[in-house]
Amino acid sequence: MATPSRDVARFAWQALAGYPVRTLLMLIAMAIGVGSVVVLTALGEGARGYVTGEFASLGTNLVVVLPGRTETARLNPGAMFGETPRDLTLGDARALTRSSRVRRVAPLNVGSVTVSHGPRSRDVVMLGSTSDLLPVRHWRMARGSFLPVMASDRAMPVAVIGQTLREELFGAEGALGEWLRIGDRRFRVIGILGSRGRSIGVDTDETIIIPVAAAQQLLNTQSLFRILVEARSREDIEPVRDFVEAAIAERHQGERDVTVITQDAVLSTFDDILGALTLAVGGIAAISLAVAGILIMNVMLVAVSERTAEIGLLKAIGATPRQIVTLILAEASLLSFLGALLGLALGQASALGLRLALPMLPAYPPPWVIAVVVTVAMVTGIVFSVLPARTAARLDPVRALARR
Amino acid sequence: MIELSHIDRHFQVGDQRVKALDDINLHIGAGEYVSIMGPSGSGKSTLLNLIGLLDRPSAGSYRLDGTDVTALSDVEQAQVRNSQIGFVFQMFHLVPRLTAAENVALPLLLAGMTAEARQPLVASALEALGMADRSHHRPEQLSGGQRQRVAIARATVTKPRVLLADEPTGNLDQKAGGDVLAILEGLVDAGITLIMVTHDPAMGGRAQRQLAMRDGRLVSDEQGSPHGDP
Repeated sequence: MATPSRDVARFAWQALAGYPVRTLLMLIAMAIGVGSVVVLTALGEGARGYVTGEFASLGTNLVVVLPGRTETARLNPGAMFGETPRDLTLGDARALTRSSRVRRVAPLNVGSVTVSHGPRSRDVVMLGSTSDLLPVRHWRMARGSFLPVMASDRAMPVAVIGQTLREELFGAEGALGEWLRIGDRRFRVIGILGSRGRSIGVDTDETIIIPVAAAQQLLNTQSLFRILVEARSREDIEPVRDFVEAAIAERHQGERDVTVITQDAVLSTFDDILGALTLAVGGIAAISLAVAGILIMNVMLVAVSERTAEIGLLKAIGATPRQIVTLILAEASLLSFLGALLGLALGQASALGLRLALPMLPAYPPPWVIAVVVTVAMVTGIVFSVLPARTAARLDPVRALARR
Repeated sequence: MIELSHIDRHFQVGDQRVKALDDINLHIGAGEYVSIMGPSGSGKSTLLNLIGLLDRPSAGSYRLDGTDVTALSDVEQAQVRNSQIGFVFQMFHLVPRLTAAENVALPLLLAGMTAEARQPLVASALEALGMADRSHHRPEQLSGGQRQRVAIARATVTKPRVLLADEPTGNLDQKAGGDVLAILEGLVDAGITLIMVTHDPAMGGRAQRQLAMRDGRLVSDEQGSPHGDP
């Protein structure tokens, strides 16, 4: 006596529609559970996407060389005061170009300077580097050209400036070809950087970039702040790291006195942390799903006792215990399914709201979460209805029918 | 077709054992019109439920058409109830959210019949009870007499051989009750076996065969006047 599934579904639907308040309450409980999982994982994913994006904007396949070593085998007193036994030099940077796995090398000096043009002046961050900095950092030019390709020890008096700096120094006038002063030196503006907002550490809009040798003269130093090395591919990152350590050690009389950071390592650490955070937040939200399941169980138990006479009647007219279980479970799964759909809509709408409110956060729920959450909602709804369904199937029809 | 021999049914109430049915022996033939009368607590409803396979005896044997139905499994008993027995209750027991037609279709639905196959059977069952024009009404939109007619349509839609009625007019006024009784007697004329529990001697007296019960025992079994006599 297998009842056609279409009839089971119809009967379940009518049962749900017959008790709108109860149905609505359970739908809301389920929807809140599902919706909170969706929106919280979207939030976690958004945070992860934001951080990953920020790191990617630093450049790709980067290996960064810092002077000094944070974890030396041998404690050296200088390190305690932020001093290092040996500087990174332009010579070191040039030496790093001698590997086929290295695509670009950009030495970097950073200093705070006052830039002036006529009566206007402005304190900004000055970067000293070479022509390779532009492609390494994935910046683009708004106008003019970047630093020319030349020997890195040539202190050519040219400068590339950011958008904000251009506006503040030149206003509406054209800036290309104009001269500006840093300290007692004059530089000709040869390019304007395209605006790309903040990327970690540097606001490109408020920066001036000059050749590294000129920067070293201005800052009166021989040393570099960083060397950015771009590997040819992702697979080359580790070999390049080894090569860099070996090449620098060779030039520094065998001392491994630099720190080499691969962007990958930093990124994957963040990725791991934020991925774990997403899972944790999603897991907490999943508790509300379990709560929804328990609520469904309670309400289904009430529904069964409310409908005792109906279940007694169904038995009297020939429903087998299995058919009773099927009908109750069909009702529960329909309810869970509708609740899950409602919850998905709710979660997606909240995630959309989140994206509109925080545009830099790509708050999309991961696709696997949607599949998992719908499955979990269905399973929860059905599992928690097994007990009420069995209670119904075991009802004594004589007593069930005797009740009003 | 219904053979009960040495049927006992006990209930445990606290530490007391109540004999709801005590050594019942009864044979009812096909097409008989039987009334069971007695004061409340006499066991008449228990006997009806037992005949309807809603209850199992504590002892004794029950053969329906020669088959020992007490030995059947729950599922097999459900199939017997579905195909061979129709129930009519005092409280009607219609599912409130379903229309008259959907209520009548329930036994067929449980039997696994498709909607297309059910439709003509439901229509003719409602037609036979003069309820064709009410088939899309819900129970709350129907009067008591109309509800009971829908319930009878539901009980007869599977063409059962036995119809069990427990106080079928107990919740109806005299006019509607008379109509319902006439319908049930019409079914007897068409060949159905009707067993009706009632506490009303006037109604019970219309049956061809009248059983009286007291304290779980059958105390009398009389062949009365055939029904239809005013």
